Amino acid sequence: MRQFARHHPIWTGLLAIVVAVLLWAIFAVWPAALEDAIGRKKLFLNALFNGITLGGLYFLVASGFTLIFGLMRNVNLAHGSLYLLGGYVGYFAADITGFWLLAFPIAFLVVAFFGVMLQILVFRRIEGQDLRQTLVTLGISIVVADLMLWGFGGDFYNISPPSWLSGPMTTFFVTAVRSSGEPVYMTYPLVRIVIFIASVVVGVAMWLALNKTRIGMMIRAGVDDRDMLSATGARIQIVFVGVFAFGAGLAGIAGVVGGTFQSIAPGEDIRFLLASLVVVIVGGMGSIPGAALGALLIGLAEQFGSVYFPTYAVVLTFLIMVVVLAFRPQGLLGKA
Amino acid sequence: MVALPDTRPDSDTTRDQRMWLERVPAQYWVLGILLLIIPSFASDFVMFQIMGWTYILGLIALSLMFLGGYGGMVSLAQMTFAGFAGYLVAIFGDSAISGISQGWPWFVTIPLALLLTMLFATLVGWLAVRTEGIYTIMITLAIAAAFFYFTRQNYDIFNGFQGFNSVLPPQLFGVDWRGPEAFYYLTLFWAVAGYAGVLYVGRAPFGLALQGVRDNPRRMAALGYNVTAHRVAAYAFAGLIAGVGGILLTWQSAQISPGTVGIQPAIDILVIAVIGGLRHPIGAFIGAFIYVLLKTFAVDVLVALGLSGERFQLLIGLGFLIIVFWSPDGLLGLWDKLRESRRRDPLTGRRGE
Repeated sequence: MRQFARHHPIWTGLLAIVVAVLLWAIFAVWPAALEDAIGRKKLFLNALFNGITLGGLYFLVASGFTLIFGLMRNVNLAHGSLYLLGGYVGYFAADITGFWLLAFPIAFLVVAFFGVMLQILVFRRIEGQDLRQTLVTLGISIVVADLMLWGFGGDFYNISPPSWLSGPMTTFFVTAVRSSGEPVYMTYPLVRIVIFIASVVVGVAMWLALNKTRIGMMIRAGVDDRDMLSATGARIQIVFVGVFAFGAGLAGIAGVVGGTFQSIAPGEDIRFLLASLVVVIVGGMGSIPGAALGALLIGLAEQFGSVYFPTYAVVLTFLIMVVVLAFRPQGLLGKA
Repeated sequence: MVALPDTRPDSDTTRDQRMWLERVPAQYWVLGILLLIIPSFASDFVMFQIMGWTYILGLIALSLMFLGGYGGMVSLAQMTFAGFAGYLVAIFGDSAISGISQGWPWFVTIPLALLLTMLFATLVGWLAVRTEGIYTIMITLAIAAAFFYFTRQNYDIFNGFQGFNSVLPPQLFGVDWRGPEAFYYLTLFWAVAGYAGVLYVGRAPFGLALQGVRDNPRRMAALGYNVTAHRVAAYAFAGLIAGVGGILLTWQSAQISPGTVGIQPAIDILVIAVIGGLRHPIGAFIGAFIYVLLKTFAVDVLVALGLSGERFQLLIGLGFLIIVFWSPDGLLGLWDKLRESRRRDPLTGRRGE
């Protein structure tokens, strides 16, 4: 951080200004002139919160993708299918058992199992052949998408959160002040906040596991030099299977989250595959903090775009990607 | 390397003195004559829907084959270039959406559309060549998705969700170019032109340098070749081929809409090129022929087997999966393997391993 500030004083200054403006916009009561110019503060805060929570969801999907890519150089274009599968499994788990929380471990285990199968049956046979891996996983995603359409139909599935999580929650952000001088506080769906906090916890735990534990050390060594690591006697195939299972399981959990946030339907697999592609391209391939930054940026861009210029909201995210690619091809936090 | 004086009076030198017409291999004669006389016995449906569509999809897949096979860059944006050209023809030329279409004559519209498509492909290429391998696939996939969403949202230029309909080819020389026979020959002509063009460029200095860049970019850079420029130029050339295919595709269905440039069609083009094989231009057309046959008749076959016709995508996906898993070079690779195993060793009389 300090090093960055020393090397790039202008960028640091600009960032500081942006952060200050954002903080002011979030906490201050907006003057009438500003509300006239860009709309009510409630709208802004809602877009901000939606963007951040959507970023949390994107992070869950993309972190598994980037982890698998970073360690194994496996491009898993079936990652979106894993997400969708997790959503369906979670829906039926929650529906049958009646416990929303139970949907998470079940989806994690089922999808992780699929991930292990994918790693053992597919990726291990075509290791090191990037293009073939891409094509094979693309074929798998086509087949799996059609099988799921066959099995679950084209309906929208919505996983409903339990009663203690549903409903709005009053936050301490002031959106406006009534004429009586009484402040109006913003309300926001509780389940979204809880899920966002959970994804932050997952992210931090992942970062800690990667940087502070023995297994994390092995994974990081594998990212840097796979052959050297296996030469030192580490059981690299087991690490591979473990990371693949974890990354796939995260996609499954993200599917449950996505099913609770929005809904699960055919076509969502491609949407989330694209989202995680854009997120990891923007953030930098193989970097967990990069995935977090990219997910936050893309989530915010999507939500602010849909509020302030609704026609081209989707195009905005791709524009960010193009700009990042043009000036920093390895991604914002990627290694050159 | 020092060029040794060629003193051997062998077949190589004599063959070069033959007329170029005589040097065309026999298979080409058979195939060419067969393709030329198809309209004399085939139905309108076969000519227009099956063969015409095969040539068009083959052209678009050919542009991907050129990039992937000669340049080592697998782009998923080829359908986007094709759709872009189709859109431009609809915007500058005539369509039912008179509020947007300019109604310019064809000799302005078509060159302009192709030129702008090349420009677009150059821009995308300039962006895509900053990355390598898998990243290229992902970036072009993202560009294809962005273009799809853009055309779906933009109503001022691209007419949004509906797109353009009644986009018809010009009535040139008093011929209705959308008639089955005329359209068959039109698409055949452009398919052959594209095929010959790719073969020619592949053997020209530019194509050879491009293949060198594919195999070893660092060595080519050390030899003084501009690696990036060659790659971007390959994108421009591929964009031209895809653009021609896109205009023909628009004329064939007489409409262009965001559905034409969606993510699924973009992936289909990759499937076509890979099924056929990325090593030789003919692979694109073989893949397109199989794809069109499947797309046209798979529903009947599936229904006959007692499955629902909607499982077409499953059939295509499984076929694609089997081919890429067991033969990365597509059907052409399978063919080569078959020939290799059938060949007898002239000395021992044994079959190849």
